[in-house]
Amino acid sequence: MSDPVDVLIIGAGASGAAVAWSLADTKMHILCLDQGGWMNPAQYPSTGRDWEARVYGDYSPSPNIRARPEDYPINDDNSPIKVVNFNGVGGSTIMYTAHFPRLHPSDFRVRTLDGVADDWPIDYDTLKPFFAENDRMMGVSGLSGDPGSPLTEPPMPPQPLGRSGARLAKAMNKLGWHWWPSDTTVATTDYDGRARCINLGHCTPACAQGAKASTDITYWPVALRAGVELRTHCRVREITTNEHGMASGVVYYDKDGVEQFQPAEVVIIACNGIGTPRLLLNSASGRYPNGLANSSGLVGKNLMFHPYALLYGYVDAPTDSNRAPPTCLWSKEFYETDPARGFVRGYTFQFGRGIGPVVEAIMSEAKGILPWGADHHRVFRRLNGHRVSLAAICEDLPEEHNRVTLDPVLKDSHGIPAPRVDYTIGENSAKMLEHAIARAREVLAAAGAADICVNCPILYGGWHLLGTARMGTDPSRSVVNEWGRSHDVKNLFIVDGSVFVTSGGVNPTSTIQAIALYVADQMKQRLANLFD
Amino acid sequence: MSADNALTPAQRDDLRTIAAMIIPASDHYNVPGADDAAIQADMTATLGRDTALVRQALDHLARLAGRPTASLDPARRDAVAREFRAAGGNAAATLVRVVLQCYYRDDRVLRSLGLELRPPFPLGYALEQGDWSLLDPVKARPSTLRRAR
Repeated sequence: MSDPVDVLIIGAGASGAAVAWSLADTKMHILCLDQGGWMNPAQYPSTGRDWEARVYGDYSPSPNIRARPEDYPINDDNSPIKVVNFNGVGGSTIMYTAHFPRLHPSDFRVRTLDGVADDWPIDYDTLKPFFAENDRMMGVSGLSGDPGSPLTEPPMPPQPLGRSGARLAKAMNKLGWHWWPSDTTVATTDYDGRARCINLGHCTPACAQGAKASTDITYWPVALRAGVELRTHCRVREITTNEHGMASGVVYYDKDGVEQFQPAEVVIIACNGIGTPRLLLNSASGRYPNGLANSSGLVGKNLMFHPYALLYGYVDAPTDSNRAPPTCLWSKEFYETDPARGFVRGYTFQFGRGIGPVVEAIMSEAKGILPWGADHHRVFRRLNGHRVSLAAICEDLPEEHNRVTLDPVLKDSHGIPAPRVDYTIGENSAKMLEHAIARAREVLAAAGAADICVNCPILYGGWHLLGTARMGTDPSRSVVNEWGRSHDVKNLFIVDGSVFVTSGGVNPTSTIQAIALYVADQMKQRLANLFD
Repeated sequence: MSADNALTPAQRDDLRTIAAMIIPASDHYNVPGADDAAIQADMTATLGRDTALVRQALDHLARLAGRPTASLDPARRDAVAREFRAAGGNAAATLVRVVLQCYYRDDRVLRSLGLELRPPFPLGYALEQGDWSLLDPVKARPSTLRRAR
């Protein structure tokens, strides 16, 4: 058995890294276990001529397709949206698009404002200083003053508009709709040891330049220098408890596959909205027969993705194609509730710059707009490098039947039950998607695009894994309290997207990390009576 | 299994035939077809995790054709190809993807498209700033942020 540690963090991704860094100044013995290892940017896809093909293989966003040793399988057969993630130091920040919007103030008050779901037990102002701290640590580029978003002060200027952005901006102006350059974690200047973006264009499957912030190159180097220990290739099977009902440590498999026990005074889970409920449910015991921290019965329930509608078309002049980051502009024109639309809450439009030739060929052939045979070459030359696109990221409301459970059959390489996802798109989300598709068609028409294609929902679009261990003040209606501590197990904390009460209509990483920093701050303020 | 014997000779023949049907050579654009020997070699050498599905697709194609696809008359071959793509599911889609991803990284093809023969890293690309005055009307808008209290 290993020596006990003061704090054990499970997961070295977006939230695990942030909480580790923040707690490091307590000088406690902090250990983080991650099932993956350190990434090697020299092996990232954009370094090779097969850069596009690898997104269908070892850099697929789907763990089921990618199937690296550190991945665990997910049974998402009963979901129209498949789970995507990344496992390794940095977690899914290795494979995200680097969009960095924040939830809006209204997102924390949906019951009060719109009569649906629940209010959060915290508000935007509570998180505000932690958003700012996180922006500084991750390194955000953007433009302050967006009239449609909470005020931010990005430390770096926005990405250039480029050809694609300018064309789409003109279209939005023609319609009189809001748009703004996106806040992203792509460094537009040299920043804190990171080199500025050189437009590799292939941002999502990891950035070889290191311009895109992932926590392996932002939080972790600082946390390690401050004394945090990070043990890689260690997959946690379960959290154990003692006779007082407190977490006593974890059982995990080390890099050699040998079962180990690691005792700890405090356990923090940072495994995302799928991995966290999986671990809690797999930690069932005689003391906690329905899973750990699950007296509410809500562990795994209320799973929220963001259903996406992707629309794209082709214009007569060349776009930026793959030669720029995919992040570009956003629009909050339809973000806040308007009852006249027939649904509550709203969505963000994210605008894209284009894609590379291989993905263009594959997507267009599958859509039936790129023919086989003699006309293939002519049509491909009209499509390739001429794409403009936008995607609506729709707020998903919590519904208990959308849930994560343990699959009775499927197991990972260590024999741990795999998560099973049962999910359907709710009525409100379906109406929102329909509205978004109609508006997106108007944008593309205003941009002069033809051959409009629709992908709805995006099949491999389950990037945002939220709500499965929700935060609240009522132990019968939530899993953790308003500062991330389990209602049932007083030395167990959750800091990832599981704690979201509602999803908002934006990419969640900024808010997830702000919550992790906030929970860490609360812990530091309460160290003397943390378990009371 | 080595790349050389991932597919049987008959499967390789059918792969070559269907690849040429997807992307034939073009004198006009000065490009090879997807049945080009170098492109075919790339496909078989890099099949990797797609091998099983590509084999499945080729077995399906062989069942539809009933004999080597290349030996069918053109009309029958087209009909078989259409049915293969329409009813072939994930396996057919994988085969088509393998053909396209190898074709559109071939030097001759990229040159014809006016693209550089290199990966994105380490040189990257230039991105023009664009006209930021486009943002002026948006800056003039009032805040649309909804009050939360």
